Amino acid sequence: MTGDAARPALELRGVRAAYGSIEVLHGVDLVVPPASVVALLGPNGVGKTTTLKVACGLVTPTAGCVHVAGRHVNGAGAHRLARAGVRTVPEGRGVFPNLTVAENLALASADRRHAATVHEQAYARFPRLGERARQSAGSLSGGEQQMLALARALATDPALLLVDELSMGLAPLLVEELYEQVATIAREGVSILVVEQFAHTVLGVAHHAALMMNGRVQFSGPSAEIAGALDAAYLGTTGTGARP
Amino acid sequence: MTTFLRLTIFGLVTGGIYAVAATGLVVTYTTSGIFNFAHGAIGMLAAFLYWELHVNHGIPTLVSLALVLLVFAPLAGALLERTLIRPLHGAPFATTIVVTVGILAGCLGLAQQIWKPGAPRVVEEFFPAEGFHVAGVFVSWHRAITLLIAAATVVALRHLLHHSRAGITMRAVVDDRDLTSLSGVAPTRPSALSWAIGSSLAALAGILIAPLITLDVVLLTLLVIDAYAAAVVGRLRSLPLTFIGAMILGLAQSHGSYWLPKAFPGDRFPDWLPGFTDSLPVILLFVALLALPEARLRGARAVRAVTGRVPSVRHAAAGALLLTGVAWAGAGFMTGQDVQRVGEGVALGLIGLSLVPLTGFAGQVSLCPFAFAGLGAVAMSKVGGGGSWVGLLVAMAVPAAVGALVALPALRLQGLYLALSTLAFAVLVDYMVFPQASLFRTSITLERPDLFGLSLQSDRAWFVVLAAAYGLAAVFVVWLRRGRLGRRLVAMRDSPVGCAMTGMSLTRTKLVVFALSAAMAGLGGAMLAAMKVSISAKSFTALGGLTVLLIAVIGGIETASGPLLGGLALAGMTILAQEAPALGWVPAVGPAVAAIVLARQRDGVAAVLGGLARNVVGRRRGRAPTTPDPLTALDGSWPVGQALEPARVRALDGLFGIDDGLCAAESAR
Repeated sequence: MTGDAARPALELRGVRAAYGSIEVLHGVDLVVPPASVVALLGPNGVGKTTTLKVACGLVTPTAGCVHVAGRHVNGAGAHRLARAGVRTVPEGRGVFPNLTVAENLALASADRRHAATVHEQAYARFPRLGERARQSAGSLSGGEQQMLALARALATDPALLLVDELSMGLAPLLVEELYEQVATIAREGVSILVVEQFAHTVLGVAHHAALMMNGRVQFSGPSAEIAGALDAAYLGTTGTGARP
Repeated sequence: MTTFLRLTIFGLVTGGIYAVAATGLVVTYTTSGIFNFAHGAIGMLAAFLYWELHVNHGIPTLVSLALVLLVFAPLAGALLERTLIRPLHGAPFATTIVVTVGILAGCLGLAQQIWKPGAPRVVEEFFPAEGFHVAGVFVSWHRAITLLIAAATVVALRHLLHHSRAGITMRAVVDDRDLTSLSGVAPTRPSALSWAIGSSLAALAGILIAPLITLDVVLLTLLVIDAYAAAVVGRLRSLPLTFIGAMILGLAQSHGSYWLPKAFPGDRFPDWLPGFTDSLPVILLFVALLALPEARLRGARAVRAVTGRVPSVRHAAAGALLLTGVAWAGAGFMTGQDVQRVGEGVALGLIGLSLVPLTGFAGQVSLCPFAFAGLGAVAMSKVGGGGSWVGLLVAMAVPAAVGALVALPALRLQGLYLALSTLAFAVLVDYMVFPQASLFRTSITLERPDLFGLSLQSDRAWFVVLAAAYGLAAVFVVWLRRGRLGRRLVAMRDSPVGCAMTGMSLTRTKLVVFALSAAMAGLGGAMLAAMKVSISAKSFTALGGLTVLLIAVIGGIETASGPLLGGLALAGMTILAQEAPALGWVPAVGPAVAAIVLARQRDGVAAVLGGLARNVVGRRRGRAPTTPDPLTALDGSWPVGQALEPARVRALDGLFGIDDGLCAAESAR
């Protein structure tokens, strides 16, 4: 075994990122160990989604390092990272509304995997998608769209899965169901970074959690230990005893 | 019966050519999200290139065809996409229109420079004079082939878009560009491919139609503009509907041009009729646009502050006085011809100024400023022979009324569809209204009114009046922008849905600004006509009107001074070309190039100059270091789980061609 096995699936070191002249990440440090689920938590507007966009290559950091499996990947295009096994379920509904479910899945078979296998796997994981294969993705319900987005991201056996706000706008029961899927995926050996605003939905699944405040990771550690820090952060008393 | 069959066959063939052109347009639009106004111009260039290769240089048909359709057109399309279209990603909608209109104008200018108009050029049909008979009607092979190609094109394109990986990717890019790259597809490749296919189809249409009409730059460009109608019938999305629309268009035209004159006994048909049959496609375009469902209101996706500083009315008034003074002082130093040229530039600027409230403030793109300008000129000429100030008022009132009337049904349209309907209106006026004998005969002469006994008959005097008129109009525009209506216009541009929520009537606001803009264009047109003294039906063509949009963009379409700068730039180019005939291409291509370059700058030249200055200063100060921070030791407390697949890790190694793929900072550790 090479040393790669021990390397974190994703590692951000001192990452800064900006939209135009406004910096939103002021030095983010974050590690996703191999085959584990890390939850990135925090209230609205602290830079969670931007952190995820940096990780998947949509936003190029202005400073700091992005490592995937120990490789320095700053500035690699999102599509190249995706082909290398970094798959993303973006915020909102990560589907192409004007393509059919089948076409959405076909797009994911970019790396020469046979499309039939991709479809088979996706429909096995989410039978409801199989029933709606010919329907345009825009006509699916919110939960089904998220299923499709997940299925598409998983179609290529990713090494690292980045998930942004899976729960957004969905009924709690559905969210639970989707996170059970995430747990299953994690057991298959995929490293997962989950961005969530509502901590309770995800802490049951995550091994570790990191709490973001004001463009930085304020706290990170085993998810069991984060509850106290969370309350402090969300209720606005950060800085006093939030750090481990 | 034979006549009917003959007309039907002709109509189907024309429809087939429209179908080829329109489907190309639909493919580029659905796969790049940008409506290519230059589609017709690309087809026109291709037809001329084919003539150059095949007729002028005697290269065999198939070789010429392959060179144009498989080499020139796809390359040109991909190159345009790469250099001009790709940077438009995320740009405001008006910018995308300006760029493709700029390409259209540039192609026109280029073609007129390379292939000087006037010389007879004929492209022969494929298999000339050969063919077969259907029920007593002779059908040439060329026409039969055209029809077959059209049908094959539609089938092939539909297959491409819905059943091939490349096609699905193309559609995916339009839906969500970022998401496409997250799926592992470089989002730029499908777009380049779609532009290559689109311009190839435009070229095919151009070459197919060239033998059936005369090889003329404007005629060919406009003919493919006719294909817009078919594309809109297909809602810019459905290929089968587009095909049906094209066929209806072809049939209506071929039958209409034969049967309609018959409806008038003894060939005494009214003089608008020939224009009417010519404009059937744009009429269909108009109808198809009106039949579109009303677009849903949407808020702007990402609102960012883009408006520059608005000068105070007092400053604007001072600027206007200064402008008049400079014109008065400068007129004495210029030759008579230069006064003419510069005066025309200022008048064009005045017409361009009419776009500032409409396009600059309200974000509604109008492509028919010349139609209103022409109406203004005609209206003024009809009042007391042109030499009265009342005429000038009428020159504003008539276009305003017509503008409001025409705009009323079109106002429910948004963005692209509104722009298309204004272009349809411009072509309609160009074909049907201006050529009428009662308006122009051959040409009309405009007198210049005097002011309180002060003679304004000389070119120089009128030039000063023009400058003063521009100044007044500019002050008015600034006053407008600072007032209630101006705020409403900008609000409407920024967030239509936000406006509706505050109880503002979008339709009424649009109607007012449309009429206002038409009135200003009419004033500019009348004053331009008086500057030129004599104008003809061809002084205010639809395509010529596009120049007005371009010069307004060059100077800055959001500023009151911008169109003047643009008009003066155009005048400068014209004078330059007169002084040095070798530079004849400058006024032909220059405005288009400048507009394309400046389209992304809302404040035109001024913004670019400001940006340059900032860049220079920024360079001196040095940029922030981008070297990565040194890595800190990994936190040892993370558990180590399952390994990443070795194959994936190797794939990552290849990303930068770095041998061991490790971070430079980490390797050093």
